[in-house]
Amino acid sequence: MKIAFELNGKPTSLEIEPRETLAEVLRARLRLTGVKLSCEAQVCGSCTVLVDGLPVSACTYLAYEIRDKRVTTIEGLANGAGCLHPLQQAFLDNFAFQCGFCTPGMILAAKSLLDENAHVSDEEIIAYMNGNLCRCTGYLGILKAIRQASAALQANGKAKKARS
Amino acid sequence: MKQPTKGNAKNFSVVNHSVPRTDGVAKVTGSATYTGDITLERMAWAKLLRSPFAHAKILSIDVSDAKRQPGVIDVLTGNDLGALHPYYGHAVKDHPLLAIGKVRFVGEPVVAVIGEDELSAQEALDKIKVTYEELTPVLDVKTALAPGAVLVHGTDYVGGAFRGFDDFRDFPGGTQNICQAVHVEWGDVDAAFASAAHIAEGEFYFPMVYAYAMEPYTAVADYDPRGLLTVHSCAQHPFMVRHDLAEVFGLPLNGVRVIVPYVGGGYGSKSYTKIEPLTAACSWKVSRPVKLQLSVEEAFLTTRSDDARVYIRTAVDRQGKLIAKQATIHLNTGAYAENSPMVCRKAANRIVGPYRFPSVKIDCLAIYTNTAPASSYRGLGAAQITFPVESQMDELAHKIGCDPQQFRLRNLAHSGESIHPGLRPIDADVPGDIRLAAETLRKNGPLAAKHGRSVCCSASDAGAHPVTLAMVHVYADGSVSVMSGSTEIGQGSHTVLAQIAAEEMGVPLEKVRLVGSDTAITLFERSTGASRTTTLMGRAVMEACREATAQCKSMAAELLGVPASEFTEERGGIRHGKDRLTWPEIIERYFQMEGCSIIGRAYLRRAGPLKSVPVFWEIGVVGVEIALDEETGKISLDTLVTVGDVGLAIHPAMTEGQDLGAATMGLGIGLFEELIYEGQQLMNGTLLEYRVPRFSDLARRVELKLVENRDGVGPYGAKGGGEGAVNPIGACLANALYQAAGVRVRSLPLTPERVWKALQEKKAEVTAPQGESSEAPRIRAPKIRVRKTRS
Repeated sequence: MKIAFELNGKPTSLEIEPRETLAEVLRARLRLTGVKLSCEAQVCGSCTVLVDGLPVSACTYLAYEIRDKRVTTIEGLANGAGCLHPLQQAFLDNFAFQCGFCTPGMILAAKSLLDENAHVSDEEIIAYMNGNLCRCTGYLGILKAIRQASAALQANGKAKKARS
Repeated sequence: MKQPTKGNAKNFSVVNHSVPRTDGVAKVTGSATYTGDITLERMAWAKLLRSPFAHAKILSIDVSDAKRQPGVIDVLTGNDLGALHPYYGHAVKDHPLLAIGKVRFVGEPVVAVIGEDELSAQEALDKIKVTYEELTPVLDVKTALAPGAVLVHGTDYVGGAFRGFDDFRDFPGGTQNICQAVHVEWGDVDAAFASAAHIAEGEFYFPMVYAYAMEPYTAVADYDPRGLLTVHSCAQHPFMVRHDLAEVFGLPLNGVRVIVPYVGGGYGSKSYTKIEPLTAACSWKVSRPVKLQLSVEEAFLTTRSDDARVYIRTAVDRQGKLIAKQATIHLNTGAYAENSPMVCRKAANRIVGPYRFPSVKIDCLAIYTNTAPASSYRGLGAAQITFPVESQMDELAHKIGCDPQQFRLRNLAHSGESIHPGLRPIDADVPGDIRLAAETLRKNGPLAAKHGRSVCCSASDAGAHPVTLAMVHVYADGSVSVMSGSTEIGQGSHTVLAQIAAEEMGVPLEKVRLVGSDTAITLFERSTGASRTTTLMGRAVMEACREATAQCKSMAAELLGVPASEFTEERGGIRHGKDRLTWPEIIERYFQMEGCSIIGRAYLRRAGPLKSVPVFWEIGVVGVEIALDEETGKISLDTLVTVGDVGLAIHPAMTEGQDLGAATMGLGIGLFEELIYEGQQLMNGTLLEYRVPRFSDLARRVELKLVENRDGVGPYGAKGGGEGAVNPIGACLANALYQAAGVRVRSLPLTPERVWKALQEKKAEVTAPQGESSEAPRIRAPKIRVRKTRS
């Protein structure tokens, strides 16, 4: 069957099998291998992508469900000029990853949190991010990175307001 | 307070600075390539049918229906392996790449289906008919060691690559269910216990756990019948995998190329050979590239840690000095040896701890059972034995009425003192590390009710066998490539090694490129584990750079027509009078050609400063404060302190990150991780049922301390890290629980259920007449006869 959707800001249409998961379609058909598969049971969060801005586990989400929706993967986060998203920069600055396998899902989950409200407390970050596992870092660097991105996005927001 | 940093950081331009990770942008943009992201032309997929029985004879395998399925290319069984040498293992060659005639654990691969795509291969598995004759399984170490026990193997196997190295000289083989036996003894233990003022003794249990590297085992193999096998794999030790593959396929070393891209976590679980021979055999069978990507459920059944039952007793004299330790360690190694012989060796060494003991008697057995194979896990045997050692140190301190920290300080070996006859003296300041952790913890102020604190330590003979070769290309345009066989598994070695090269060559970090593990390009490195990379590969890269600059100096002498002794070396080049020449300028002028490069190389082996083993002592020092909820038995971590005694932190932020990561893995084992077998079946082999630490387990206060006394044999006095902090956590938690509630729990994990039960037993005890019931039942150290074989 054919589905149409928006992928990282670009209109896309694609022939898929009804049984295919979003992760299979992104990784195998579209070669967006930043989507990482681990537990395949909605526990670890490594396959997190955004559908209409909200995080979903691509491992168990049917690709059929993305028709006419917006899909954001890690590959779509930095802008065309190679400028990193504040979260990506914050993850670099705070050494918020080691092996990097959980990182795309971690960054996208955090993006969804900050998009909703850039002003978040540590408690809110921890509660929201509890569905994304990291086996390397012990989470502190990730917490610091999200704090930093939160501050950067708030500053950006204020700057934009001031300009308008 | 002692100044923790002796190193003069101002002397360094690049090392000892927390520079951006060289793999950072790739990892935050999703462009970092892992093995599972690799797709080759005409690549097929393999899927595995696994054994439903723990111990059974395979009577027949019917694959005819499966072969007829659309999309199926071929099927591989143990009957097809006659042309290969199908048993592998670096210690003991006991592991068939697919079950041959017999299965030895639930989940053992029996048949591989190779399909055009993943789904076709997966669906054909249902069409395979295997008939088994069930045999009595051996499911625990007690049954395995009983007289007349059923044998898991029943034959002695040939030694693997390490036969004769790394203490794998004697192993009894499979005829007694004993995979490996290690005995460590010095002094007169019996006399010491007879004269002791106080003795503590008990039995402890450290659970079976799973490393959960988030990237499951994956390999892509391409067998070219003209004699070249290429394998992409998430292996920590590509050169060990190459050795096993060469033996399985009868190929020369240059006929096997193992390439390791980025690896999604290892923690020991990806050390040595895993699914590479099987993937390669699938490719060999169908003459096409084949990918085998396990699910996490399958990874649970591929490698776990050795669980350990430890009987231990420790004696002190009237002055509170340690005089003797005796221990019997039984490791449940599962169905195949893997690296458990080394875990056995290391557990036996490491149970001594960083203490002075005039007498010691340790027996450690790695025991085959019909359960999933155990192998390396971060800490390699040290986590298993540090829990009993450091729990018992507290028990003994309480027995003699001494503060546990003072008791440790009284008995810890100081820098330069020997703790193991014949081994390298301690190259760390353990008493200073303990004081630093305790001081940091004390800043929390007076202890609240139902809170407990503890500082514990471990000492591991780290670094493994020192054979490390490295090469650097120095290009005429000022760029440098480091060719390293060390695997980047997240620990940051590609950054650290680049820092060392940049420091040595006097070039900016951006000019240095790391060429990662590829056995056809990079030189031999024994392994990426035992916390060795910074120490050994770091030193090799440093020496290789110095060899390159020495060549440049000879070239400059020829160019300038003066002996090298007449000019002075400066960062990045030489000066002779007013002339300054950088290394790249010398190379270009010497060859009179643009685009040229030279090679500097280093071959490290067990000689010179690396003659004495271990390469270094890895010290683990951790402090915790816990809060106990007595209603539920739930322990939460209030404060975590780690002390990394690392000589010099080449990259301080990543070094701290290693300590926090290791401590967090330790926390998982301490509080909730445990693989549970019920009969033959692993009951919780999925992430739904196996709980690992989450964001909400992060301590309220985290302090990551580094001690930099430049006392290691690595570059600039560096030593490795990354494993130490996993070891003491279990005992820290148990000791803090004792302080909070007066109960001593001798099994991990300290689940709410286990803690609550202990609290109820104590309540019952308070009302009942006093007795020794809180002590674990006394268990005699079993006497086991071990047949010695000579290599």
